[in-house]
Amino acid sequence: MGNPMTEQSQTPETVSSPQGVAGDSSPIIKVEGMHKWYGDFHVLRDLNLDVKQGERIVICGPSGSGKSTFIRCINRLEEHQQGKIIVDNVELTDDIRQIDTVRREVGMVFQHFNLFPHLTVLENCCLSPMWVRKIPRKEAEATAMEYLERVKIPDQAHKFPGQLSGGQQQRVAIARALCMKPKIMLFDEPTSALDPEMIKEVLDVMIELAGSGMTMLCVTHEMGFAKTVADRVIFMDAGEIVEEAPPHEFFTNPQEPRTQKFLKQILQH
Amino acid sequence: MTESTMKPPKKTLGPVAWMREHLFSSWYNTLLTLLIGYVLVTSLGPLLSWLFFDANFAGTGPESCTGAGACWVFVSERLNFFIYGFYPDDQQWRVDVMFILLAVAFVPQFIEGFPGRKWLGIFGMTGLPLIGYFLIPGGSFGLEEVPSTKWGGLMLTLILAYIGILASLPIGTLLALGRRSDMPIIRGLCVVFIEVWRAVPLITVLFMASVMLPLFLPEGVNFEKLSRALIGITLWQSAYMAEVIRGGLQAIPRGQYEAADALGLGYWKKMGLVILPQALKLVIPGIVNTFISLFKDTTLVLIIGLFDVLGAVQSTITDPAWQNVASEGYVFVAFCFWVFCFGMSRYSQNLERKLDTGHKT
Ligand SMILES: Nc1ncnc2c1ncn2[C@@H]1O[C@H](COP(=O)(O)OP(=O)(O)OP(=O)(O)O)[C@@H](O)[C@H]1O
Ligand SMILES: [Mg+2]
Repeated sequence: MGNPMTEQSQTPETVSSPQGVAGDSSPIIKVEGMHKWYGDFHVLRDLNLDVKQGERIVICGPSGSGKSTFIRCINRLEEHQQGKIIVDNVELTDDIRQIDTVRREVGMVFQHFNLFPHLTVLENCCLSPMWVRKIPRKEAEATAMEYLERVKIPDQAHKFPGQLSGGQQQRVAIARALCMKPKIMLFDEPTSALDPEMIKEVLDVMIELAGSGMTMLCVTHEMGFAKTVADRVIFMDAGEIVEEAPPHEFFTNPQEPRTQKFLKQILQH
Repeated sequence: MTESTMKPPKKTLGPVAWMREHLFSSWYNTLLTLLIGYVLVTSLGPLLSWLFFDANFAGTGPESCTGAGACWVFVSERLNFFIYGFYPDDQQWRVDVMFILLAVAFVPQFIEGFPGRKWLGIFGMTGLPLIGYFLIPGGSFGLEEVPSTKWGGLMLTLILAYIGILASLPIGTLLALGRRSDMPIIRGLCVVFIEVWRAVPLITVLFMASVMLPLFLPEGVNFEKLSRALIGITLWQSAYMAEVIRGGLQAIPRGQYEAADALGLGYWKKMGLVILPQALKLVIPGIVNTFISLFKDTTLVLIIGLFDVLGAVQSTITDPAWQNVASEGYVFVAFCFWVFCFGMSRYSQNLERKLDTGHKT
């Protein structure tokens, strides 16, 4: 891969629409004029985003730019104060039932895994299907084993999270989220707490998942991952979406000076 | 792959090496060992002779206590009163049934791999109190009624402690959750409740329960003294419990709450399945500590005229027929308390070990 910074932009183009997905279907996630404040601090400013079913979106940006806050708003781990977020035709408001409906359809993977340490891997995976979806234990366990198989750790099913490596824990976390059969998966820097040799095993799982048609929103600094699987890359800075483009364009032909600066820094190493 | 069969090296020490390492490793350790050894030998001897060698075990009355040691005849003669209080002799089998059930439910908890011990434990916390509720006071199922004024001794101590412990854990948990709630009214109420009860000595609570509570209750509603004391003890204990459990809740990382939220578990499932199991496990030592204090604090019911095991003993050692039996009485009481408190302590250690899933937070 050549240095994307050497070629300068010739064809100024605004935000491109995602390709390869049906243009007429309504977006599965719709964010409209969304703002969020922490006290007086304006973290997210006027965010707008439409995500189509099956789209894979990578969000990147410098530390503190509000990436985590943004995707955490999508399942209401954080509440926004202005604008609209509509997920799978349900608007996120203060209504607990609406929030629960959305959370059932949205899986989330955290930087620090957040597995439940008092439950085995299998129990972690079955907890929500059994208690939220009311699936019988047998069936929930069968599904869980299927997903553990898919993330390649079926043999660890009866261990506790504390007995697994970081990479294994993160794969369990992915399986746990998938067991709810979500329509959308959110990833918040899933590999940044991992040692280099474990990053690949987690990325492999995510790439496989991306190939299966899952709608994914992924905050990550893994630019290789973005290039391989993303339909769109979103660059955030200071609480704003600065640039939004398909990965090829994003990396070879960034439009905004802030994006160019960020890419220069991140691609140096 | 010969390494795969290798065992970790075992550290074994012979008795002499052990003593050298632990008792005589330096000149001041040697000095301390000798000093403590001297104190033990000089004080343990007389104590043992008083307790056992010179003590009087057999006999039927004060006249059989002729030896220089303890007069255990006193305890064995009055054992019935110390255990059952004024519970009628012909009805004491009811109390015995409860003692046996208590042992059946909880002794297996100390035996690793005892079949069905989990269910026995659950029975101990649900079925057992229910049976006791009908069996001990009687008045139903053709059982003769025994008013609570006749209950006493060890049996009363256990009733007070057991109900106090059993009720304060769930109430304390709810108070702790309430105190961390997002809803200001619930949070406020819980804070006020906890701070008021925790700031009042148990003696005051008991006095208020026995003297003042009847003044506030509507005409015709009247609990007997024991129930009032029990309510007082339970609420007071719950306030303490709430603070212990709140400590555990605070120690659970935010990520656990978020992961449970993200999985769509609602508030109660999040708390019941994810947060509380971890929080309670963290504070087992604190919870058991509170239980042990409660167990011993039940002796304070003496001041409102209930005769727990200490009260029962105290009321008999002044009996002019027996001379100088106070020490024997108090040793007996101390032994009763020690057995139960030590049992709770051991059980909590077992539990902690069993619940350890090897995670570090
Ligand atoms: N609970 C909070 N209260 C106040 N400010 C917060 C809170 N959480 C985050 N912030 C601030 O909001 C801004 C955005 O934080 P956020 O975690 O979304 O950044 P990020 O883009 O995910 O950064 P990183 O790459 O380091 O994870 C930061 O300046 C942060 O200090
Ligand atoms: Mg972040």
